[in-house]
Amino acid sequence: MKISGAEILIECLKKEGVKHIFGYPGGVVLNIFDTLYDEKDVELILARHEQGAIHAADGYARVSGKVGVAIVTSGPGATNTVTGIATASMDSIPLVVFSGQVPTMLIGNDAFQEADIVGITRPCTKHNYLVKDIKDLAKTVREAFHIASTGRPGPVLIDLPKDVTAGMADFKWPAEVKLRSYNPTYQGNKWMIKQAAQMIAKAKKPVIMAGGGVILSGASKELKGLAETARIPVTMTLMGLGGFPGTHKLSLGMLGMHGTYYANKSVQDSDLLIGIGVRFDDRVTGKTSAFAPDAKIIHIDIDPTSIRKNVRVDLPVVGDVKNVLKDMIKAVKEQKAQWDAVRSAWLKQIDYWKDEKPLSYNLNKKIIKPEFVVEKIYEVSKGEAIICTEVGQNQMWAAQFYKYDKPRQLLTSGGLGTMGYGFPAAIGAQIACPGKLVFDIAGDGSIQMNIQELATAVINKLPVKVAILNNGYLGMVRQWQELFFRERYSHTKLDVIPDFVKVAEAYGAVGLRAEKPDEVVPVLREALKIKDKPVFMDFVVDWKEKVFPMVPAGAAIDEMIFEEEEKRSEKKLKAVK
Amino acid sequence: MRHTISILVENKFGVLSRVSGLFSGRGFNIESLSVGETIDPAISLMTIVTSGDDRIVEQITKQLNKLIDIIKVVDYMEVDHVEREMVLIKVAPKKNDKTEFLKLAEIFRGRIVDSGTTTFTVEITGDEKKIDAFIELIKPFGIKEFVRTGKVAIAREGVKKPK
Ligand SMILES: Cc1ncc(C[n+]2csc(CCOP(=O)(O)OP(=O)(O)O)c2C)c(N)n1
Ligand SMILES: [Mg+2]
Repeated sequence: MKISGAEILIECLKKEGVKHIFGYPGGVVLNIFDTLYDEKDVELILARHEQGAIHAADGYARVSGKVGVAIVTSGPGATNTVTGIATASMDSIPLVVFSGQVPTMLIGNDAFQEADIVGITRPCTKHNYLVKDIKDLAKTVREAFHIASTGRPGPVLIDLPKDVTAGMADFKWPAEVKLRSYNPTYQGNKWMIKQAAQMIAKAKKPVIMAGGGVILSGASKELKGLAETARIPVTMTLMGLGGFPGTHKLSLGMLGMHGTYYANKSVQDSDLLIGIGVRFDDRVTGKTSAFAPDAKIIHIDIDPTSIRKNVRVDLPVVGDVKNVLKDMIKAVKEQKAQWDAVRSAWLKQIDYWKDEKPLSYNLNKKIIKPEFVVEKIYEVSKGEAIICTEVGQNQMWAAQFYKYDKPRQLLTSGGLGTMGYGFPAAIGAQIACPGKLVFDIAGDGSIQMNIQELATAVINKLPVKVAILNNGYLGMVRQWQELFFRERYSHTKLDVIPDFVKVAEAYGAVGLRAEKPDEVVPVLREALKIKDKPVFMDFVVDWKEKVFPMVPAGAAIDEMIFEEEEKRSEKKLKAVK
Repeated sequence: MRHTISILVENKFGVLSRVSGLFSGRGFNIESLSVGETIDPAISLMTIVTSGDDRIVEQITKQLNKLIDIIKVVDYMEVDHVEREMVLIKVAPKKNDKTEFLKLAEIFRGRIVDSGTTTFTVEITGDEKKIDAFIELIKPFGIKEFVRTGKVAIAREGVKKPK
């Protein structure tokens, strides 16, 4: 029986087990939206901006581990997705994005609302397609889900000309995906793994550096196994937070530009660095030539291009992190070392660093410190919330002062650093996990980038908690201006900031405000009571607060700047080594 | 260091731009590029000459392999191989120089593929050195037009290709 291309598309989504898609309609996708009108099994969540739809699909994917799906119209609808797709691409998040396209006959004619979205998204997708023939539709969708979710995951875009979704054909779901040119390596080389185990046994000062790959691969258990077996301390990249319990004795927290003193110290002093599912981003390595100068580097990753891209590697292991770690734990156990004895000096040194300079801030009785808000969110949520972040200081404080014990607990735009990511991502996360407590830790600048999604949250009765750390500035940029541009605050003061309480109320959401430290917890408690609406919490915080420690751009990661003890007034901050 | 890299790709629309976009997007350079169908019309072969240190060329081959439509990548630096390119040169020698020009072309096994009242077009095939040498010798005769293909390469028999 022949059915329409739009119906074929929806049948494909059902075969892939898709329950929710995020989208926004328009002329050339009318057929698809018409099909969705009667659809019971696949629910479309209407965003209020295509960027919001993609970030929501991304948040959905990050918390659930499933492929996030979005559908938008041609031209401006499609171009509005680009930031969201690039965000997902940089963080290796599996998405399948359907964009409408003008009819095949008109492609290339500069038709109304035509954009070459396949060309535009080529560098920020894992792969993309233009379906020219309805006969290829089901096969293409099947391939797209396969590519998005396997190997190193990533976004895939499928461009659907109007005549393809309007046409009629038989629905044939391909039994399997055959791609001769796509064969990710899942098993690590056994010989290499054995070498790695020997290096681990020989090392006096090893450190594990875990990244987003641990979370994508579902390898937290194995990571913990390896760390505990061989008594190796673990630091995490921003993307890796939650991959290893933040409250674990062996956790060093985050490393890099705003990493902990002890994480950066440990990495720089290590004699063996084991990078697991990381890509050695410059925010993590600082000056690469001075990065972990005395360490041999073992690098485990599923993507061979990550290896030796940014730093030298002594022993590469290409494979799925989970599989490699399983094998590595076995190989390490065969080493039969007296791990506790071997490591005691190193772990003692690390404890010393932890005591010497823990993460800290100057508590104040009169003015709310943003770090205090994050700590209180940690307390009221008992460490169990899903935390989304925007970008800037808010993101770094969320990374530093909330302890993530579980994978898929922190959703943040690590690679692209997209302001406006957190709120729609929180919406996607809440849809994937209706019973969970979901926060967006936001800045007053970032939240305005996708504030229209309040409508999406209200209409879907999503109790997303948005904690705005309102410092009146594009704070992170202001921080750089203060430290490196002689306090010349060029265009970083947000002179007009809307009354977030009223904005929330105008959308039918709840707005709360705290202006003094003792109002913070009551506001949070009040917010937690609300179960059927989003809440904006406007925390009026100290605008002068900066994120520390900080490694200046281009410096080695142990060249950190720290917060001065109170009475910072107008004094210049000095670098402390 | 210069590398000749051959790339087997799915003969699909957009593949060339995936490859060229990868080079431009990541700041790799392309010195020459040639593309053609293979015996199997579903597969095309691209030959790219590029340059960079070991780390860069390693990235280039890995990034190429990562593209979904790419089936196989061979860096001929690691393989004993034969390389060829071809030029067509239109020359307008003076009357007295004609014989000398034709002799030179013959020495280089050139073929005259077109001749007019004042011009000859000669075709030369060979490796880069031979072609460069010929061009140098021919220059004084007055080159009117000049086209050069990209390089193509093939492994010598019995030499194992690296994976
Ligand atoms: C879309 C986008 N534009 C610009 C930037 C550059 N940028 C990084 S942090 C930042 C300031 C963010 O301000 P706010 O959301 O108020 O957060 P704060 O740093 O004050 O916590 C800016 C402009 C960015 N990351 N993303
Ligand atoms: Mg701000």
